[in-house]
Amino acid sequence: MTTEPEPKLICIDGQEIPFQHGQTIMDAALAAGIYIPHLCHFPGITPQGNCKLCTVEVNGKPLTACTSPAADGQQIRNNTTELNEARKALTQMLFMEGNHICPSCEKTGNCPLQAMAYHLGMLHGRFPAQYPLRQVDASHPTIMLDRDRCILCSLCVRASREVDGKNVFAIAGRGIHASLIVNTSSGKLADSDIEPSDLAAKICPVGAILIKEHGYDAPIGRRIFDQHKISEIGLEKEIVARVKSDDQ
Amino acid sequence: MTNKPKLKLATTSLAGCFGCHMSFLDMDERLVELLEQIEFDRSPFTDIKQLGPCDIGLIEGGVCNAENVHVLRTFREHCRILVAVGACAINGGVPAMRNHYSLQECLEEVYLNSPDTVNPHIPNDPELPLLLDKVYPVHEVVKIDYFLPGCPPTGDAFYSLLKDLIGGREPQVEKGRLRYD
Ligand code: SF4
Ligand code: FES
Repeated sequence: MTTEPEPKLICIDGQEIPFQHGQTIMDAALAAGIYIPHLCHFPGITPQGNCKLCTVEVNGKPLTACTSPAADGQQIRNNTTELNEARKALTQMLFMEGNHICPSCEKTGNCPLQAMAYHLGMLHGRFPAQYPLRQVDASHPTIMLDRDRCILCSLCVRASREVDGKNVFAIAGRGIHASLIVNTSSGKLADSDIEPSDLAAKICPVGAILIKEHGYDAPIGRRIFDQHKISEIGLEKEIVARVKSDDQ
Repeated sequence: MTNKPKLKLATTSLAGCFGCHMSFLDMDERLVELLEQIEFDRSPFTDIKQLGPCDIGLIEGGVCNAENVHVLRTFREHCRILVAVGACAINGGVPAMRNHYSLQECLEEVYLNSPDTVNPHIPNDPELPLLLDKVYPVHEVVKIDYFLPGCPPTGDAFYSLLKDLIGGREPQVEKGRLRYD
């Protein structure tokens, strides 16, 4: 006699949700419509656990939801004041470690980092501003790389390798010296095989990789985060779809 | 009407564009109502130059020169509650884009090398406040009590900040209304 296997469940903030073998806590949460804040997770791309925004408490221990496999009976805390305050501190660090001047950035209103800061109620940077000196690469005719805004999420690196079948980007260096590099002998984007229709050219959650000549296309009121909150599930695909990659 | 003494409000613009002050005026007719409960001290709106003891100080703009430091410290000394208003006060904003370059490079670009310069020389009148090496957020120079983001914050945002402060409440920026641009 065969019996139906008991559905496996995890419990997030008191709500039991099912998961399938191989799913991470993030996968299961998203499938169940539960938002866990995240900046470096993108459905279908191998998670890497870089931003730490998705940190949840699993049976009392902090773990990144995007890289931790779901396991039966996990008691998970997600939307708590403590975790959201820690996430806000992480977001403040991301702002202070780069040069994020929202009023002069083409990504403003369409920027997941900015929307995350809105979501967490960030009013100021809290930490000393670093104003780092970083290279801008404007060599490519249609794609701009402004490292001032890069948060080293590595989504472009992974999207290029896993989805575009190329290998345009890499992260070089460690810790505060880490930087996004282009895998060409000149180090310039113009010498790479990146194209504006590549996922790597559209996936950046900040204004570091931009399609040229489309800045400020959507007026205030019609930008993604004028119309949506970052906590809406499944927004990633819409954000990428809205990036204009050719002259329309 | 009560006879409660009016709260004293001072405002200033450091390394900013006066956009926050313009937006303050966007409160329009609500200013009339507010003026029942507050009165201006030193501010570009009044042209009062000497700062007296104040309840609320609003700081627009970041800190880019020695005079900004002086004004900001004077505001801190005289204001019970100091609020950083707008993107530039909070993180340096657009003026902080000069932080990419050394001060020397900036001065040379503007006063010596730019193509339309007439009689190129770097201004050195002793009356001019000395520029700092970088543009700084105001909270790196003095303690700031509250922050009102936006470039500029809307008239509505100013109104709700002032209503909260007049009512003796912690100012709250509603999450749905938070904007950095
Ligand atoms: S350029 Fe954008 S997508 Fe690439 S690592 Fe930096 S923030 Fe991430
Ligand atoms: S989304 Fe999990 S670490 Fe960034």
